[in-house]
Amino acid sequence: MSARPRPTSPHAGIYRWQIGNTLSILHRVTGAALALGLVALSYWLVCLAGGPESYVSAARFFSGPIGLAVLLGWTFAFLFHLLNGVRHLFWDAGRGFERTQRHASGWAAVLGAIALTLCVAAWVWPRLS
Amino acid sequence: MSLRSPLSRVEGLGSAKDGTKHWWAQRVTAVALIPLTLWFLISLLTLPGLNYETVHTWLSVPITGFLAVLLVAVLTYHSYLGTQVIVEDYVTSNGMKILSLMVLRFLYVLAGGAGIFAVLRVAFGFPQL
Repeated sequence: MSARPRPTSPHAGIYRWQIGNTLSILHRVTGAALALGLVALSYWLVCLAGGPESYVSAARFFSGPIGLAVLLGWTFAFLFHLLNGVRHLFWDAGRGFERTQRHASGWAAVLGAIALTLCVAAWVWPRLS
Repeated sequence: MSLRSPLSRVEGLGSAKDGTKHWWAQRVTAVALIPLTLWFLISLLTLPGLNYETVHTWLSVPITGFLAVLLVAVLTYHSYLGTQVIVEDYVTSNGMKILSLMVLRFLYVLAGGAGIFAVLRVAFGFPQL
């Protein structure tokens, strides 16, 4: 048996949080949330195809306070996943790897997603009946 | 002298056996989803309302139904590819991994199939039961 503890690789517990790993995790979390959004989209379409009565049952949930909050969350998740996904596509093409570029595009993805979510909310809010 | 068989060298797939297929499919669907999702979001936001009549009439237009089918199909595929990686990363036991991936695939075919069938029902006006 070894007398002294063997060196271990850095783990999440001691990793210094920075924009790179935070957005990487957020990309996966928003992707998982959007997977649930796909189920909701299918449910909504099935209710639409089922006729006016079944559509109202789905519409009632999504137009309530919880439904609207969930839709707002999915809107942000979609917009962030979209903008950060474009970031990933640029990396795949071998571009944007410099430290300043990574940080700038990361902040652009987060702040852009927040700004666009607020735009969508501001557009929808006066139209809620 | 290489220890790899001539067949292995020709296929060039390495030990994972599927090369860049998964990675590439994720990128292709990501690019396709940029216009599809933006079309869907902007269409819903600019509809005069989201009541049954308005949404049903909108989805009955052939080009809308066609794009909606493409959206649900590509979204389902892209979402499956992403969720599959999450399961592969976090489910460590081999038996549970195979079971989870199979259940996940069933659920995705179910959600995607139901969504596409619902759009077709609206597009072709199947009789209401």
